[in-house]
Amino acid sequence: MNPFRQLLQSSLGKKYLMALTGVVLAGFVLGHMAGNVQIFLPPEYINTYGHKLQSLPGVALWGIRGFLLLCLAVHVWLAFVLTIENRLARPLRYEAEDTVEATISSRAMPYTGLILLFFIIFHILHYTVRSVYDYSNLPYDLHGEVVHDIYAMMYLGFTHWWVSIFYIIAMSLLCMHLAHGVSSMFQTMGVRNDKWRPFLNKAALAYGWIVYLGFISIPIAVLLTEYGGLPILDKEHIEATQTLAKTLTLIHP
Amino acid sequence: MKLKLKIWRQKSVEMEGSLVDYQLADVSPDSSFLEMLDLLNEQMISEGEEPVAFDHDCREGICGTCSLTINGIPHGPQKATTTCQLHMRHFRDGETIVIEPFRARPFPVISDLIVDRAAFDGIVQIGGFITARTGSAPDGNAIPISKGVADKSMDAAACIGCGACVAACKNASAMLFVGAKVAHLNLLPQGAAEKDRRVLSMVSQMDRAGFGNCTNFGECSAVCPKEIPLDVIAKMNRDYATASLKNIFSQVG
Repeated sequence: MNPFRQLLQSSLGKKYLMALTGVVLAGFVLGHMAGNVQIFLPPEYINTYGHKLQSLPGVALWGIRGFLLLCLAVHVWLAFVLTIENRLARPLRYEAEDTVEATISSRAMPYTGLILLFFIIFHILHYTVRSVYDYSNLPYDLHGEVVHDIYAMMYLGFTHWWVSIFYIIAMSLLCMHLAHGVSSMFQTMGVRNDKWRPFLNKAALAYGWIVYLGFISIPIAVLLTEYGGLPILDKEHIEATQTLAKTLTLIHP
Repeated sequence: MKLKLKIWRQKSVEMEGSLVDYQLADVSPDSSFLEMLDLLNEQMISEGEEPVAFDHDCREGICGTCSLTINGIPHGPQKATTTCQLHMRHFRDGETIVIEPFRARPFPVISDLIVDRAAFDGIVQIGGFITARTGSAPDGNAIPISKGVADKSMDAAACIGCGACVAACKNASAMLFVGAKVAHLNLLPQGAAEKDRRVLSMVSQMDRAGFGNCTNFGECSAVCPKEIPLDVIAKMNRDYATASLKNIFSQVG
């Protein structure tokens, strides 16, 4: 057989791809989180950041998006293939099954992964395609240039309490997924041993928690500002954006 | 000791099995688990019933013939112990003990608690050897091997091939076993010459046999009576990746 096909069709080849796409996706969520927490700075910061990303040349923007979606597709597809193979390897389960070592995070990987897939679809529709709610008319004056007001969009998005709760739950599942996955990928790529394992397991848990706390701080801050009366985020800015939107609509109906 | 036993009874590969309840009295806490089953069988034979079939040979914890999943844990609750070396003092008087065979598709149940572990033989036959004659014992000592390497190889060679790793794995994966066999020979200078060919063929034989895929739970090593470390799986992953890349670029000798 062609050695390349032999590698891809082998159990280990599929696991390598699972780990490598996992590296990309885990790296992405950390970067995404770091970008998002700029919401705690004045609106200008995150809007400048968002505008920079969206004004990347089309090839670069869609190249990056395409690469991330490809990694996601491979990760999800192989998760299905490997999980089905694993189930088939034990057609008759134990009547009395016990667990000695495996963590809840590791055992829940297929389930946390599946729910995260639904979350990612919703999240892209919510904030990228923007078809769940209409965020088309949120202008921001960035040094004389009218750009999309990401600060206001994120704020308004999380004022729907059910959206916020769904995001917080999904992020706790992401935390679990990372807590196992980030250490597991080292083992799969063959770069882990008994000496490093405890450290990598702790690092993976810390990684999961950092991403988790970073992400959930945003919907929590929005809910506390909107309904709790705490001035964590700039509520007046949202009103200013909506006034600007009306003015611009009057000028260019 | 009095015990309530729930034992898997299955007449043959084709027949369906089920758990059957048995009562056993006057069990000595100093008897081994297999001696307890001997007692049950003597009682059943005297009552004209078909005794329970189970695998055993050396009863010294070194041959790897005994199996049994006891209360959901292969080889029972005692760490680093085969079923034959497990003693009844680790159970409570009046306890209910569920005894099932090792469950995996590549390990078909031949009769009651006996499974066919020939799938392991197939993996060893395809790569668990050194092709060239390496001489007898004195010749082996003629090649200096550093203490660290010899120890690591010996740790892997401690595998008795009992199959508890497969039985414990939630995915019925054989990667701890295959990792042990690969690491044992690949680490030594006598085995290193064929390390690429060995790991490629052993992994593909493992896949063909229908074992599941490792998801790094760590259950295998936790139940292993010889405490084979998870390192051997990382070693196999590393060797397989290297061998595959060399194979793709046609450097395999």
